[in-house]
Amino acid sequence: MVTFLTNLINGISLGSVYAIIALGYTMVYGIAKMLNFAHGDVIMVGAYICFFAVSTYELPPLLGVILAMAVCTALGIVIERLAYKPLRQAPSLAVLITAIGVSYFLQNGAQLLWSSNNKMFPTFIKGDALVLFDGQLHVSRTTLVTVIVCVVIMLVLTWFTGQTKMGKAMRACSEDKGAAQLMGINVDTTISVTFAIGSALAAIAGVLYMSSYPILVPTTGSMPGIKAFTAAVFGGIGSIPGAFLGGLLLGIIEIFAGAYISTQLANAIVFAVLIVVLLVKPTGLLGKQIREKV
Amino acid sequence: MKRLNAMSRTSRVNFLTYALVIAAFVVLQALSMGGGLSATLQGQLVPVCAYVVMALSLNLTVGVLGELSLGHAGFMSVGAFSGAVAASALQGVIPASGVRLALAMLIGAVFAGIVGTLISVPVLRLNGDYLAIVTLAFGQIIKSIIENLYVGVDGSGLHFSFLKPTVTLEQGGRMILNGPMGIPNIEKISTFLAGFLLILITLVIIFNLVNSRSGRAIMALRDNRIAAESVGINVTKYKMMAFVTSAALAGAAGALFSLGQNTIVAAKFDFNTSILILVYVVLGGQGNMWGSIVAASFLTILPESDAMRGLRDYRMLVYAIVLILVMLATNSPAIKGLFGQILDRTRSKKGGNTP
Repeated sequence: MVTFLTNLINGISLGSVYAIIALGYTMVYGIAKMLNFAHGDVIMVGAYICFFAVSTYELPPLLGVILAMAVCTALGIVIERLAYKPLRQAPSLAVLITAIGVSYFLQNGAQLLWSSNNKMFPTFIKGDALVLFDGQLHVSRTTLVTVIVCVVIMLVLTWFTGQTKMGKAMRACSEDKGAAQLMGINVDTTISVTFAIGSALAAIAGVLYMSSYPILVPTTGSMPGIKAFTAAVFGGIGSIPGAFLGGLLLGIIEIFAGAYISTQLANAIVFAVLIVVLLVKPTGLLGKQIREKV
Repeated sequence: MKRLNAMSRTSRVNFLTYALVIAAFVVLQALSMGGGLSATLQGQLVPVCAYVVMALSLNLTVGVLGELSLGHAGFMSVGAFSGAVAASALQGVIPASGVRLALAMLIGAVFAGIVGTLISVPVLRLNGDYLAIVTLAFGQIIKSIIENLYVGVDGSGLHFSFLKPTVTLEQGGRMILNGPMGIPNIEKISTFLAGFLLILITLVIIFNLVNSRSGRAIMALRDNRIAAESVGINVTKYKMMAFVTSAALAGAAGALFSLGQNTIVAAKFDFNTSILILVYVVLGGQGNMWGSIVAASFLTILPESDAMRGLRDYRMLVYAIVLILVMLATNSPAIKGLFGQILDRTRSKKGGNTP
């Protein structure tokens, strides 16, 4: 029972990180209808910025995280303006390849700047573990912080897209760009803001991911990136609660598959579950089914 | 030349594609015989052929069928491992390396075709990005499975085990595939000639498929599925035809590739390899076969060439920038408009028909 709970908690912790990354994918997809393959590498950049801020310049951790968010936000906007904006009308495959180019660029840029040697990410979420059931169940501070941050982000985003002017503009753009423009919404700014939010979230996710899996290399972002992308599709791409649900489920399935079936096959099982889900619900768990009209 | 002009546009393009491949082969073969190629380039000849076939086969899925596949390296992997295991197991039975290579490629194609058929059942029920993510998922699953597969051979045949290296072999038996360690000490039997022949066979298969009744049905599905369905085109049948052909060709390419390497590991055929091949297809032009050939060979050699080696550490960065710039140049309306103007101006200077 305790093992089960420990696994469940680890799964929720990993799933929370996936959920935060998946939110970035899903928001960008919802509004720009593109798969931003460079998203995973923005995570890596955020992790490096925080790493240098905290271990080289010895800034307080919170400042490091804020700095990472600022750099990633700027990076997200620059990438969008330079690489994706000129291709607004281009076929989706062209945009996809450009995103892959950006991803290569970030990975190799990081390798040149910061070398491909492993860097140990410092543990800066310190504090005693939460002890439950007479000391049988330990919930580390990192896990607690990860889950709380994820829930807070989820609540803030739901409020933001539902209540604020910019959030409403985003929803309008994702539904119909042309009509949104006619209503006086600046589509370009809205898309830039979406990228900015997604990238800031990626920075947070990077720091949290590194707190649990502390080995930092230039390709760190690609695997969580692919997993989170899968999570976004799993929950129904374009849907914010879907990304949250998909991320959590994916994390839990991954940890459980590793613990109870086979560690080597954990990834394969995650993807097999995804396939089964898509066969039953072809647009993901919470995705909208769009009727094709002739 | 007169006959060339008399042909229809498609058959002219096809004819020129064959001519391009044959000419490239003759030139490279002559250079390689005369020692005009550097050692690195010489070593790249077989992989280039394999990647060209990969790009051609993926172009069948992406360009002709119009579905995005992000797991094409998975089929290459199936072909690579089944082909290499077959070639290694048959070492004592068939001494002629050419025959063994041909058989290995055939086995690779058959296995990849079978896997492609199994996968196509769930994959082809989906559309668009969802289909793409499922192919990605299958690519990952294939990689995980091969990483945990152990194969040994002895007097009584092949022995398999999964997850744990528990293959028990008789006296004189040996392990071929060692799970995550892959296949070591592969006998290099792939030749440039074999690669060239595989490219020609691939072209014959693809051109004949595309220019047949089935090919037109496949392209009709790409252009408008609902309209095609309403005139009685069997969606599943034709989609499957294109998808499985593409998978089988990728399997043959995988076998060719693996038998030209010292060792192969499952991790080589990951998501990044799938993406790399997709890059060849998109840069060469979807549905454009000679474009795939040029893009695949150029981009495989480019990072290894002497010009790029001079850039050393920066070469992958330059590659990324070139990729982005090419996509922007060919797809951005602003830059396209600029090119159009320049083109118009040069045409009117020549006194052409353009107003």
